[in-house]
Amino acid sequence: MIIDTVRNLLSKHGGIPVAVDQLADTDDLYDAGLSSFASVQLMLALEEEFDVEFPEHLLNRKSFASISAIAAALSEIVEDQEVA
Amino acid sequence: MNVAGPIMALTLAERAKRAAKVAGQFADTVDKNGRFPQEGMDALKAERLMGLMVSPDFGGEGATLTQIADVCGILGQACASTAMTYAMHQIQMASLVDHAAGSAWHEKFLRRICEDQLLIASATSEAGIGGNLRNSICAIEVDGDRVRLEKDATVISYGANADAVMVTSRRHSEAAHSDQVATIFLKEQYSLERTAVWDTLGMRGTCSDGYLFKAEGPAEQILPKPFAEIAAQSMLAVSHLLWGALWFGIAADAVARAQSFVRSAARKTPGQTPPGALRLAEASSLLQLVKANVVAGLKQFENAKGEPDALNAMSFAVAMNNVKIGTSQTILTIINHCMLICGIAGYKNGTPFSLGRHLRDAHSAQLMISNDRILGNTSTMLLVNKQDTSLLG
Ligand SMILES: Cc1cc2nc3c(=O)[nH]c(=O)nc-3n(C[C@H](O)[C@H](O)[C@H](O)COP(=O)(O)OP(=O)(O)OC[C@H]3O[C@@H](n4cnc5c(N)ncnc54)[C@H](O)[C@@H]3O)c2cc1C
Repeated sequence: MIIDTVRNLLSKHGGIPVAVDQLADTDDLYDAGLSSFASVQLMLALEEEFDVEFPEHLLNRKSFASISAIAAALSEIVEDQEVA
Repeated sequence: MNVAGPIMALTLAERAKRAAKVAGQFADTVDKNGRFPQEGMDALKAERLMGLMVSPDFGGEGATLTQIADVCGILGQACASTAMTYAMHQIQMASLVDHAAGSAWHEKFLRRICEDQLLIASATSEAGIGGNLRNSICAIEVDGDRVRLEKDATVISYGANADAVMVTSRRHSEAAHSDQVATIFLKEQYSLERTAVWDTLGMRGTCSDGYLFKAEGPAEQILPKPFAEIAAQSMLAVSHLLWGALWFGIAADAVARAQSFVRSAARKTPGQTPPGALRLAEASSLLQLVKANVVAGLKQFENAKGEPDALNAMSFAVAMNNVKIGTSQTILTIINHCMLICGIAGYKNGTPFSLGRHLRDAHSAQLMISNDRILGNTSTMLLVNKQDTSLLG
């Protein structure tokens, strides 16, 4: 499941002061303490893990605003790359 | 409003130039004594330039950021401290205009700013945090419909002369450092205990003393949107663009002084090009770079305006950071060229070619949110953000 991998990488790279399993999928990650530096580290880890590249239109705060937003962005990229 | 009639018949630039003329007359005194640029600010108020960006529905003129930047550029040529005071006020205005829509208290406040030409200061910097806008240690205490806040603010420009302050803090005492809100406090709602005196190299008239800030007021004065959004979509870009515009102004006046030095030399030796002329040509080319940088940034901002996705895009943040880095570095090179052109006449105070104030004021640009900090942020973003290689896009 994409979402489990996202949670796993978020707890490694997110630098969030609370435990990631305490967060709901839709909780705001920036409010939880995700910095823009950490969000880039997380993005790099996700790119490595899924062997994908985040396209320009997904490089914004919204894509990383919650666990489900990240998972949705990833599914979009994975689908696009399968089609291509 | 009996003054409104004749003033409104003039263009914004004409009104700004009238205020700049007053500010320029006091620029050296303001700098020398490190005092608030009262005359310049009074002139800006008399020209009704404080609430320009507010929509006409609330008593403003609905000016664009590009128009405000033009005013900042004009003021920067006359008195950098007046220009910076005005620019910082407009940064707060942009946050209010764009992010407080629908909040009754803030809409009423916007109306008051226009009517009474109020001046708004900002307290983001905090002891232990430095220039990292997106982090706070202090937390606002909400108690029913009242709030209380104490902040060890290391720098509040014109704090003692402002009518209100916009202060950042954590949302509540348990919130993460980056979970911030911005709150407006009115002069009668806060006390300022001075903790640091602004005796600096330049920008001396901004009177950016440090204060222990203590406030209490109604909870409805908290801006309705999270500060994260306000910072990303408005404050960072607006700061870099308005600062860039006034820094252009400082450099433009330096080049004007160097040019008049070269021209008067040329008039004395007809047929011979004065030695400074080549450097002047170089300075003029660099000044054009600064101008193009700011104008391109403004264009990108106006195109993205009103579209949260475009304003939140990494490529947009990279572009705005680049405006700040490019302008803040290049103005120093330009003014230094001008100093070489004018020689001792530029180095000395009190000559028509004096450049000491320009050079000292310009040195604040790279510290005002440290360039190293900004370059650090940009370099992180460039790990994932692809470069925009198009010329026009
Ligand atoms: C004219 C003027 C007016 C101002 N007015 C206001 C105001 O009204 N309100 C307000 O809140 N603030 C104001 N400021 C403060 C300003 O916004 C910054 O907060 C301040 O300039 C940064 O202070 P600092 O250099 O001590 O701190 P820091 O940002 O902590 O920087 C200190 C040094 O550490 C280095 N450094 C720190 N962090 C990093 C990093 N992450 N990466 C790389 N290097 C780093 C930098 O090289 C820097 O030189 C004003 C500043 C100026 C110059």
